[in-house]
Amino acid sequence: MEKLKIASYWASACGGCDVAILDIHEKIVDVANIADIVFWPVATDFKEKDVEGYPDGYIDVTLFHGAIRNSENEHYAQLLRRKSKILVAFGSCAVMGGIPGLANFKKREDILGWVYFESPSTQNKERVLPQTSTPVPEGELTLPSFYEEVKTLGDVVDVDYFMPGCPPAPHQIWAVLQVLASGNLPPKGAVVGASDKALCDECKRVKTEKKVKRFYRTYEIIPDPERCLLEQGIVCMGPVTRGGCGARCTSAHQPCRGCYGPLEGVVDQGAKYISALASIVDANTWEEAQEIIGHIPDPAGTFYRFGLPGSLLRRARNV
Amino acid sequence: MENAGFEPRIIGFLCNWCSYAGADLAGVARLQYPPNVRIIRVMCSGRVDPQFVFKALADGADGVLVAGCHPGDCHYADGNYKTMRRFQLMKKVLAQLGVEEDRVRLEWISAAEGSAFARVIQEFTERLRQLGPFKPGRRLAAGGEG
Repeated sequence: MEKLKIASYWASACGGCDVAILDIHEKIVDVANIADIVFWPVATDFKEKDVEGYPDGYIDVTLFHGAIRNSENEHYAQLLRRKSKILVAFGSCAVMGGIPGLANFKKREDILGWVYFESPSTQNKERVLPQTSTPVPEGELTLPSFYEEVKTLGDVVDVDYFMPGCPPAPHQIWAVLQVLASGNLPPKGAVVGASDKALCDECKRVKTEKKVKRFYRTYEIIPDPERCLLEQGIVCMGPVTRGGCGARCTSAHQPCRGCYGPLEGVVDQGAKYISALASIVDANTWEEAQEIIGHIPDPAGTFYRFGLPGSLLRRARNV
Repeated sequence: MENAGFEPRIIGFLCNWCSYAGADLAGVARLQYPPNVRIIRVMCSGRVDPQFVFKALADGADGVLVAGCHPGDCHYADGNYKTMRRFQLMKKVLAQLGVEEDRVRLEWISAAEGSAFARVIQEFTERLRQLGPFKPGRRLAAGGEG
């Protein structure tokens, strides 16, 4: 059997997805048995020119991590789409914007202003901003252009499969690679490497009736090791989040932060979580509810931690 | 006026037992109110998932009304209390997303309060006319400045 040709690329990402691929440990050797890596900037020495030299559809599977933050990210998305038979949005950033997507709470000029002029550690008396093109005696220097907003991979190219997680769990990566290698492919557009059930379904904690009088931030409370974190007033995204990760966070007494994205049937993870969370607030007057809800700092940033660009409203409006 | 000629589109989620009957009464009593509201009947205001509100805004509504029975009057005992709590949390999230506070509105309207329904629609339409059209973050064209 001919070996599979696989590529892995990072756009606007932290590199954690690449590390997660290596976290399949010795199975990486098995990957080398079934597949040839034809592009993987973090681990191999192939260059953009090599990819451009491949015929269209040459790569069997590209695992694309990272959101689309700038024109270079989009350029690679289009290049790899053209060169790949199967394009997988790999990790929360590519699937729904991820942590870089939180930038959609701000305007482009506010971000550039903070980074290049205002932050306390910045010295930029000449108020220099990066330019997409700078003429120098030797010719023209170029930089990618920084977009108005962060987009998902699916916003700019056609995506075959979506594999959520920040990062995707190694056992799921291995499972998905095996499926892709087998040729027995799931239907296009499928979410792979994740469960159809909520995180709560695989979380071992004991769940009883949920009535919350006060919400706590994680540092404000030492949680009971057995009981559901949500019942203890810790904002856990489990009820609206797709499982499949193995409930690693809740097993370590940390709340689910929602990185596997909206549960099957949920369109907007944040909006759905408003519904779930407010339902368990133990208050029957406006004032009491206000007091309890007031203990949740930054609800939008918490509920859309990994998915603002992929949500219904997509970004904060420029008002 | 900047928004002259602008007719706001309102999506109204009305509960079957009180507010929808209230709207019905407004009609039967031939009360005048602006034709800007598109009513969606739900069994209980507690059925109004915040996703419905976000979806309405994302798909072109300029304002969303959620109306249910007065506290204590819910046909299902406590559905409207859930609505009240969800609405508060939803408003906080919408505010962070830059959606003006007055674009979503929660009202308790009983089956006998046809006039209250007409007044709410009147007020809401006027307010939305002042705020102007709601423009959600549109999907900017790929390949450009983005």
